[in-house]
Amino acid sequence: MTSVVEIVKGFVSLIVGMGVTIKAFFSPVVTVQYPRKTINITPRFRGHTKLVADSERPERTKCIVCGMCERNCPSKSIKKITGEKLEGEKKKTATQYILDFTTCSQCGICVETCPVDALEFSADYNPVGYKREDFHYDLVKEFEKRRQKL
Amino acid sequence: MNELKCIISIIGEETTRAVIGLVGVMILVVVNALILTWAERKVAGHMQRRIAAKEVGPFGLIQPIADSLKLLCKELITPHHAERPLFYLAPTLIFLPVLVSFVVIPFDAYLQVKDINVGILVILAFSSLSVLSILIAGWGSNNKYSLIGSIRSVAQNIAYEIPLLLSLLPIIIIAQSFSLRDIVEAQKGLWFVVYQPFAFLIFFTASVAETNRTPFDLPEAESELVAGFHTEYSGMRFALFFLAEYTNIFIVSAIATTFFLGGYNGPILPGIIWFFIKTYFLVFVILWMRWTFPRVRFDQLLNLSWKILIPVALVNLIVTGGILKL
Repeated sequence: MTSVVEIVKGFVSLIVGMGVTIKAFFSPVVTVQYPRKTINITPRFRGHTKLVADSERPERTKCIVCGMCERNCPSKSIKKITGEKLEGEKKKTATQYILDFTTCSQCGICVETCPVDALEFSADYNPVGYKREDFHYDLVKEFEKRRQKL
Repeated sequence: MNELKCIISIIGEETTRAVIGLVGVMILVVVNALILTWAERKVAGHMQRRIAAKEVGPFGLIQPIADSLKLLCKELITPHHAERPLFYLAPTLIFLPVLVSFVVIPFDAYLQVKDINVGILVILAFSSLSVLSILIAGWGSNNKYSLIGSIRSVAQNIAYEIPLLLSLLPIIIIAQSFSLRDIVEAQKGLWFVVYQPFAFLIFFTASVAETNRTPFDLPEAESELVAGFHTEYSGMRFALFFLAEYTNIFIVSAIATTFFLGGYNGPILPGIIWFFIKTYFLVFVILWMRWTFPRVRFDQLLNLSWKILIPVALVNLIVTGGILKL
């Protein structure tokens, strides 16, 4: 008698399972057709760091070349920061900021220690390159391009 | 029509019928396989909430043609120590019984290649031959996975052929005929699935096992046996195994339709359309089961057949016979 109950129970469970899949069959597709469509990157996503533009002058960075990030980087990924004092200004402006992304672990210490909040994570999720040097980014370059446009 | 009459006068009516039937069946087999490969991918995709094939043609409809072209162009590889005659014979041999089964299936009231008065016996006899070709394929490949897969297949097919036959016998008793057309005609009023729900379930379970489909796909369990009996086959030889599998799915669904779901009987629409609607619904259920259930263990597989399906089918047969006698 118990085996009959077991068979009936098993049969019911099979029907329940088929109900689950048929529901999935008629529900909308959840995958995104990647190369044609992309999903929005979440705000907490950690790509490589990038420099934040000055709110008053968008062609310039907020970076004051203090070197805090370089000193605090646990992986020594920030290779070189140089800057110059422009005429009539108190603070330096960055002219070169080399980030070695191959060793960066996106820990975020540079972002947190920056005294002027000049660093943030970018949404660049798919960097590709043929050699290691392709991932040595100069973060100021973007601003040079902007300056040339102006 | 004149040409047809001329041909009939030369080679005789029976031969003409056979030739036309064979051509029709071949077209049906190929088109069915193309539809089913596409449908299987689509069903799998949507049950996992993705789109599946969509790049080649609208809705990916040309994908199966692209696949078959690829298989046609591929090199036919023969393993080093394979039993060559057997290895070459198996793909052809698996395809023959499949073709013969089509001869007796009534697609419509007057659309049948030949109405043989022992039709169902022909189908059952020939479908059991496919086990032989699977065994030959496994042995001829000289590969341990192929051999294990084919041995499993033989054990499984022997176990499930008995409930398959036993579940069809009550229908034959009710319809008083072995001919498939007579059985369909007997269902003009009420479908036999109403009289024989248990027989239908047993038949369906056994036929899924017979076609080596999930959850009974132990002969080609990919996680343990690579691809089972067709591990060593490539190109068109592999395609023939594939074609035979999909055609077998169609045949078991067609038999289930004929025996339990009233065959071509149905209101308004022409009979052949009803036949295909019912058959492809059952095919869809088989695909649906594949993407729902996990594979059973081997002892579970055999226990299900010997301990549950065969006793229930026997009791069902005796009860049906007793009720009809009263």
